[in-house]
Amino acid sequence: MDGIHDMGGMHGFGKVEPEPNEPVFHAAWEGHSLALNRAMGYTGIWTIDQTRAGIEELPPDVYLTSSYYKKWAVRLENLVVARGLAGADEIKAGHALRPGKPLKRKLAAADVPNTLTRGSYSRPAEAPARFAPGGRVRTKNIHPATHTRLPRYARDKIGVIEAIRGCHVFPDTAALGQGENPQWLYTVLFEGRELWGDSAEPSLKVSVEAFEPYLEPA
Amino acid sequence: MALNHQDHPDHDDDHHEHGSELSEMQLRVRALETVLAEKGYFDPAAIDVIIEAYETKVGPHVGARVVAKAWSNLAFKEALLADASKAVAPLGLLNRIGDHLIAVENTPQQHNMIVCTLCSCYPWEVLGLPPVWYKSAPYRSRAVNDPRGVLADFGVTLPAGTAIRVWDSTAETRFLVLPMRPAGTEGWSEEKLAALVTRDSMIGTGLPKNPKDA
Repeated sequence: MDGIHDMGGMHGFGKVEPEPNEPVFHAAWEGHSLALNRAMGYTGIWTIDQTRAGIEELPPDVYLTSSYYKKWAVRLENLVVARGLAGADEIKAGHALRPGKPLKRKLAAADVPNTLTRGSYSRPAEAPARFAPGGRVRTKNIHPATHTRLPRYARDKIGVIEAIRGCHVFPDTAALGQGENPQWLYTVLFEGRELWGDSAEPSLKVSVEAFEPYLEPA
Repeated sequence: MALNHQDHPDHDDDHHEHGSELSEMQLRVRALETVLAEKGYFDPAAIDVIIEAYETKVGPHVGARVVAKAWSNLAFKEALLADASKAVAPLGLLNRIGDHLIAVENTPQQHNMIVCTLCSCYPWEVLGLPPVWYKSAPYRSRAVNDPRGVLADFGVTLPAGTAIRVWDSTAETRFLVLPMRPAGTEGWSEEKLAALVTRDSMIGTGLPKNPKDA
């Protein structure tokens, strides 16, 4: 979706402000927000793309004014209510008022070390890759109202296939609960000038990781 | 009650992004955790184990070991650049490393910088959780069109002849920058070299520490 999350190239956000000796969490609840999201993700009830969509669907003013782990907490509240895992009344009460739903998996403390590693998103290819390294491609001018991983700044631009990264779960369909629909993934390299015109630094190059359905030959 | 907030003292008194949110968020997250734990969706003890892992076990020290090894061992460096997931796996750094780790090498000709303009994708297994600035609007908006200006925000100036290459992490591939080994470190042990490798140097917003300051 063409949401506020798609920030590449926007102006006006000011300087980057690194924080010296930044702690991992700035408050205890931040760690809990992260851990709750991980624990619920482990149940397998939603995909990583559905959780990303959950953040993107926050209203723009909430997105911009909420800290990172607040967004995670609000997203989780929204997801558990939307999936019927908990009621808004229960969250308000701070206690379960009804039994939980049966889920596929339940995270035990002893299993946590094994869950710290990301899963694999590679899948067997259903067709040969359409593009080869060195090939020129044009990214499509798409504007889906739902989740996509082709940023606005890189749409309708000409680039070069730099590498093939294998065949991966396709976020655009996975986010909709329409299956993994595996697609070839490429690193597509753009000249800065192609993206930003004459204002680009001449030597700048930017790449995105682009799924095959985002691309056409150029 | 699964929470042990008293065991995790808050330390954000003056942090600009939090402040007034603290008490509201503490209560809100506690309520959510209590409900979900009472529903039986996870072992309540798992929550503290996850938090502890991210606070103590996973972090940029892991990536620093990888970089130091690549600086010391040419065969490892070549393997790392060819397939970082495969090269890093036998090091036993942290269970298994995810399948899609890619290492990109800085050279005098090209400096690499990693961003996720759409969210916050970051190589957790080798760098830990991303810092606030990495997830912030200023970084995500400007890294792709003004990376030299972003570097200036970090106090980093590259030679004019060094081109900048930005990698936008728009899929499940994750990127680790292999910074250039500082001069004057000939004969250093991997352990000593690792101490020069900063988190930011592995994201591309910083350079390794000067050996004279180590």
